[in-house]
Amino acid sequence: MIEIRGLEKYFGALQVLKGIDLDVEKGEVLSVIGASGSGKSTLLYCINGLEPIQKGTVLVDGTDVHAKTTDINKLRQKLGMVFQQWNSFPHLTALENVALAPKIVKGKAKSEARDIAEKQLRHVGLGDKLNVYPNNLSGGQQQRLAIARALAMEPEYMLFDEATSALDPELVGEVLDTMRLLAEEGMTMICVTHEMGFARDVSDRVAYFHQGVMDEIGPPDQIFGDAKSENTRKFLANVR
Amino acid sequence: MQETISFFSGFTPNDLWFLGEAALRTLWISALSISIGTVLGCAFGWMLYEGKLAATLTLAPVLDVFRSVPLIIQLVLFYNFAPIVGLDLDPFGSGVVILTIYTSALVANVARGGIEAVERPMRRAARSLGMSYWQDMRYVVLPIGGRAVFPAWVGVALGVMKDSALVSVLGYVELLKASQILITRTQEPFLILTIAGAFYFALSFPISRYAAKLEKRWAQ
Repeated sequence: MIEIRGLEKYFGALQVLKGIDLDVEKGEVLSVIGASGSGKSTLLYCINGLEPIQKGTVLVDGTDVHAKTTDINKLRQKLGMVFQQWNSFPHLTALENVALAPKIVKGKAKSEARDIAEKQLRHVGLGDKLNVYPNNLSGGQQQRLAIARALAMEPEYMLFDEATSALDPELVGEVLDTMRLLAEEGMTMICVTHEMGFARDVSDRVAYFHQGVMDEIGPPDQIFGDAKSENTRKFLANVR
Repeated sequence: MQETISFFSGFTPNDLWFLGEAALRTLWISALSISIGTVLGCAFGWMLYEGKLAATLTLAPVLDVFRSVPLIIQLVLFYNFAPIVGLDLDPFGSGVVILTIYTSALVANVARGGIEAVERPMRRAARSLGMSYWQDMRYVVLPIGGRAVFPAWVGVALGVMKDSALVSVLGYVELLKASQILITRTQEPFLILTIAGAFYFALSFPISRYAAKLEKRWAQ
């Protein structure tokens, strides 16, 4: 379970998160929506410790992400993350991209790491691209590669930071399908997204962020059908 | 009639052997300086990248001096003044020390550029997989950044190999010094400098060809 209490985050003098309280249960799919600059992506970075926080706590299965005593590299193995830019390692084949972290971080034997990588690449539909270098893959395929790379660490949570927003429109579907597949398999997911269809169909809950505040959270039907917050209604009216 | 005494004698096959040996000394002093200088330069480059203010204030000006002052001046100054501080090095030792520092000063900027070539999101992605700082450096930054600045490093290495000719001013008999000795004896500068040039080419060409081949392979 992820428990966030009173989370405040500043970039210099600019406060981007203004006291966020949020719990995400195991097996839950939470979509986070909101305008650019509302703090959605920063929330994910704070959850896996890629950004320091100024106030509050983030607990992952009871471990304080930002405590000095926490082994953050170990904790991050529980928290797979997929970014807007897929960031494939260009010097490695698809298989090597996925096998690298299990080998060097988890200390798996080379053959075992390759087996894990092959399994995860087949999982995301890239079974025929094992020995292909990323620059010969499309954006959608590279993003699925990034998902496989995160899954190879056998995370308990997956954080998606606008995973489809850098893709050409015709490539969005294949990545969303992979995310849907993970949701169906019971993966705990926090998805920062601009894909309202995905948020509505796949999520258990949807959170709307507005200027660093979590303005509203609830089931998709409520958020998309009967939003309580005026800001949420305005935002949804604009994106539809 | 008295016979004319000649102080000069023509170029012989033995002289070619003499030049070959000198070329090996050029290769040896260059390989040593470039290897140690590259390792040091990478460390300096990393310090410049990570050290921020402290490195900018201390290391950067020192490296600037070694980059800016002509190598021949550094060699002569070091060779003549090092004994004052108790470092009594022969021409080879002095040459290696100065060429190494000179290489490291040039490589430091190349290395810093290499680290900067790996964008922050890529490094964040590596860290998000649970990699430590040093795993990220070793498995992500080094191969990606290294490839980005490899051509620049090859340029530095080839430059230093040619600059190693300046160690001749200290009396170390590398290729250029050997050529000067032979020119004095044979009075055939055109022939000997052409042969010396061919030796330099023979040392440099395989390196640049191999580098080009590597770059082509990486580009695929």
